[in-house]
Amino acid sequence: MHKVRIGAGAGYSGDRIDPAVDLAKRGNLDFLVFECLAERTITNAQLQLLSSRQKGYDPFLVARMQAVLGLCHQNNIRIITNMGAAAPLAAAQCIRDLAHDMGLDSIRVAAVVGDDILTQCTKDSACLKEEHGYTIAEHRDQIISANAYIGAESIAKALDKGANVVVTGRAADPALFLGPLIHSFKWKMNDWDKLGKGTAAGHLLECAGQICGGYFADPGKKDVPQLAHIGFPFGDIYADGRIEISKLDNTGGYITPATVKEQLLYEIHDPARYLQPDVIADFSNVWIEEIATNRVRIHDATGHAKTNHLKVSISYHDGFIGEGQISYAGIGAVARAQLARDIIKERLTENIYRDLRVDFIGMNALHGDQLSSGHEPYEVRLRVLAKCDSREDAERIGNEVEALYTNGPSGGGGAWKSTRPAVFLTSPLIAESHVPTSIIFMETANS
Amino acid sequence: MILRDIAHCRSGDKGDTANISVIAYEDKDYELLVKEVTPERVAEHLRDSVKGTVIRYEIPRLGALNLVLTHALSGGVVGSLALDAHGKSLGSALLSLPIGSHTNN
Repeated sequence: MHKVRIGAGAGYSGDRIDPAVDLAKRGNLDFLVFECLAERTITNAQLQLLSSRQKGYDPFLVARMQAVLGLCHQNNIRIITNMGAAAPLAAAQCIRDLAHDMGLDSIRVAAVVGDDILTQCTKDSACLKEEHGYTIAEHRDQIISANAYIGAESIAKALDKGANVVVTGRAADPALFLGPLIHSFKWKMNDWDKLGKGTAAGHLLECAGQICGGYFADPGKKDVPQLAHIGFPFGDIYADGRIEISKLDNTGGYITPATVKEQLLYEIHDPARYLQPDVIADFSNVWIEEIATNRVRIHDATGHAKTNHLKVSISYHDGFIGEGQISYAGIGAVARAQLARDIIKERLTENIYRDLRVDFIGMNALHGDQLSSGHEPYEVRLRVLAKCDSREDAERIGNEVEALYTNGPSGGGGAWKSTRPAVFLTSPLIAESHVPTSIIFMETANS
Repeated sequence: MILRDIAHCRSGDKGDTANISVIAYEDKDYELLVKEVTPERVAEHLRDSVKGTVIRYEIPRLGALNLVLTHALSGGVVGSLALDAHGKSLGSALLSLPIGSHTNN
């Protein structure tokens, strides 16, 4: 196979579904990837699993698969996704059942498991290289989830063995794209240059709309057409590692060297050392060539030998966050919001919280006082949050803000409150050899 | 002149570390970015947000800088009390950095 085309069907769990359907319908794709796991997602999924509210996989799994499974079957497109979240096996079973209900024969679904290392971490945490001195040993009782970022090899193997759909839990985002490239071109797992190039392609595609002018527009400075109907991107990747990125005709947004540069540097640190499970990708010499309208070529990405360590994401219970908000407007709005803040602070002197934060939305909530000084808005929203040990204490915060209605300054409106579990996250490293992965296959019947 | 006149930015998060890319609209302005958007000036401009260090990577073939800001997200997404726990809006804050006139900054 000389060239493959991989479409990006989602940039996060809650992303739009219709652009993925469009790609499946008329994108002439070989693979469709849904990247749906942010740093916080598995923790949330695990919390929901613990409370039995959800099944531990992505809440949009069924909606997405219902929308694309038939089209992908019809057009011979294979799907790779990390929508397994905290429960990849259950997600694979769900997809198999869904395919069966849709009357799709011979659909082979593979679950890649092994990223969940919670059990081994709680038994023996010596295998982890921990950071900041925050160790599992001291916080064993609070641990919620522990997942290693696994690489592309298991995904490629699942495809080698004929999977139509590959579902993972925590895998490195670019690995979802690198897997089908390793499978298609038989790239060796020590061909660092190719793995680096494939990682560049994956990194550019993983946020879907973001390379097509999503998260880019700044009216008057960067005007992007038709954002309400933005197209999701696809990559044409060649066996020699050549990368071109484009999108379908008659979709909104645009792909230019500027949108590609923003995405290439998105959430990376040292561009010469983008640490991945399979390779250290090197983007430091990359340059972008616009070869046609909405089509770019990516030159000179490369890679270096991998570290043999995987990043782990470990989350811990950390009490509860209580929050309350209320708005003031018109003449004296800021003075009334400040009075409301003073009242709340006086009411909350009982040491019920570990950490308190008060913002004035519209004035200083995003960047502090310094950058917005001198600015008196027409309306302002008081936002009070505290981190507390108990749910009862956290609920006090929102209740106190709400009680400003009848007891606080005049004209407060739109009070709102919430209480949610607080979580602490650490990211130690683990030797790759401690994280064996395996693949579980299941399929719908042959008719 | 401010940074927004010659460059665009995107910011994102990894744990409690934020990064901001600074990309020249035109290649000819890259040298000006290198001269003006120094780690020291960025740390000063974003001092209410960034509690750690600012590291700068230069990527001349893209006409871009990548700024890595540690302890910039009030502890990181999951446990942070900040409204923008991802630091997604930090790039917009940086775009008001004065360029070519920072004697009085």
